[in-house]
Amino acid sequence: MSVEAVAEKTIVLRGRKVVGGVAEGEALVTRDTISGWGGIHAQTGTVIETRHELRGVSFKDKILVFPGAKGSSGWSVAFHTARLAGAAPKAMVFTTMTTKIALGAVVMHCPSVTDLDQDPLALIETGDWVKVDGDRGIVEVTKRSG
Amino acid sequence: MILTDAEQAMLDGAEGPAKQKAMDLLVRYAEALGADRFVDTSNVAGVPGSSSLFVHNYFKARGDASYEAIFSLFDLDADEVVPVPRMRANSCHLQGGMDPVLWREQGMSEEALDHQMQDEAELERHGVKVLKTCTPYLAGNTPRFGDHCAWMESSAVVYCNSVIGARTNTEGRESTSAAMLTGKIPDWGFHQDDFRRGTHHIEVEVPVDSVFDWGMLGYFIGGEVQENIPVVTGHLSSPGVIRHKHFGAAAASSGGVELYHMVGITPEAPSLDAAFGGRRPVQALRYGEAERRATYEALNSNGTSTDVDYVMLGCPHAALEQIEEAARLLEGKRISANSNLWIFTSRLIRIQADAKGLTRILQDAGALVMTDTCSAIAQSIPKGTRVVALDSAKQAHYLPAIMGIEAWFGTTQNCIDAALTGRWTGALS
Repeated sequence: MSVEAVAEKTIVLRGRKVVGGVAEGEALVTRDTISGWGGIHAQTGTVIETRHELRGVSFKDKILVFPGAKGSSGWSVAFHTARLAGAAPKAMVFTTMTTKIALGAVVMHCPSVTDLDQDPLALIETGDWVKVDGDRGIVEVTKRSG
Repeated sequence: MILTDAEQAMLDGAEGPAKQKAMDLLVRYAEALGADRFVDTSNVAGVPGSSSLFVHNYFKARGDASYEAIFSLFDLDADEVVPVPRMRANSCHLQGGMDPVLWREQGMSEEALDHQMQDEAELERHGVKVLKTCTPYLAGNTPRFGDHCAWMESSAVVYCNSVIGARTNTEGRESTSAAMLTGKIPDWGFHQDDFRRGTHHIEVEVPVDSVFDWGMLGYFIGGEVQENIPVVTGHLSSPGVIRHKHFGAAAASSGGVELYHMVGITPEAPSLDAAFGGRRPVQALRYGEAERRATYEALNSNGTSTDVDYVMLGCPHAALEQIEEAARLLEGKRISANSNLWIFTSRLIRIQADAKGLTRILQDAGALVMTDTCSAIAQSIPKGTRVVALDSAKQAHYLPAIMGIEAWFGTTQNCIDAALTGRWTGALS
């Protein structure tokens, strides 16, 4: 699988639509899965789980790049509530499909892509500029700086 | 997706706008999963239409926080409020936010109680059983082997899949509400044979013969296998309902276990080979004395002060036999003036406990038997609590983090002793 360079320092990953729509913004990347109920403060989009590497960090308006969901069956309600509060991520890129994240992405109306041809957790870093085209299943990454 | 004629008709609105919105949500959800069809389900457990204060106020500020508005706009993720008919599937409501009688003791407001009572009237009007428990399988909803279900609540999901051999994914509020109306859920994950095979082998090398030890074993296994499917062999004695309840809840807390197999015990594991479906385990692990001790220490890592001011039993909700055990240990005694003892159960078990005189024995000893909720869900502990004692590994995982208190984990006897003396003396034997 080769890295397709469309411009200098731009990487394109191809995968599958989870939820359609297009959004772009700054990436927030973690290798930890995220809990919904009991794991985030929905009104501010902040991760609250003790020992989580993003503890205290908000995903509001970010492109959230992570392995996926874990924890309580209240995952979708927590992220759905974040959307109502205006604290949802702009888009999601994730690697492990579960019912929790699928339902959560749907009710957040959040452009989301998975099953990518390259590992997004290895290629995308926090602060990179990422465009997610949910309908086409394409993730375009512009590295932060050279 | 491949839809049947009946599913397509519902999606086209032939059965009214609520089912149309529900099918629209389920199709979006199925496509997100990558599922290409639905299965029929006649057993759905969720929390339809009830809402947090934030969600309630959000819709109130936009003009309509009625049950129908919240069900339409939040549960069904619809863009307009639609009339909600009676549920099609056999549907039940899981745990709620407060005890309907002892809500003052839990620190709840009269406004919150009114809100809950109104929601409850709506549930009845829509044909939803108000079980108000995390243990529907002990309180009026027991599926059969092989049934396709759509359940929320991680401890109930793992019990449904593992002990009963019925089939459910961990569903969410929106998907269960839509399934209640339509009787449909995506055919994905645990609905399919291939997905139900074991991945990790755990050999138990120490005797595991109490609720306490089954809980610790579950907690260890969840931490090791995370969301995978463990196959357990070895020294497992008397695998009753209560032991499975504590094992599964613990494994679903330290990890994300939704299905486990115990060879010769659970219905899809007549043999090791059957449990793995002929495949080789990804990993083989052992649970010996060192693992048991490490698990005990991890579960007790939040305790420093031995002055216990709160003892909570009933996570997952107590079975009648557990209330009986507590009553036997407390009969004719009085709990410490410095301590509180709350036992949580379902309404159905509470009626049985009342009928057997157990509730009275417990009340005379100074304990309270509460229904509908628990300290973690209600975020309610006796005023001034700094140190809690628990016989549930799941609750020991969640409660200290949620309420910012210290916690001890031990046997039910350790916990009752702590309630009687106000002191924690538990230790691993």
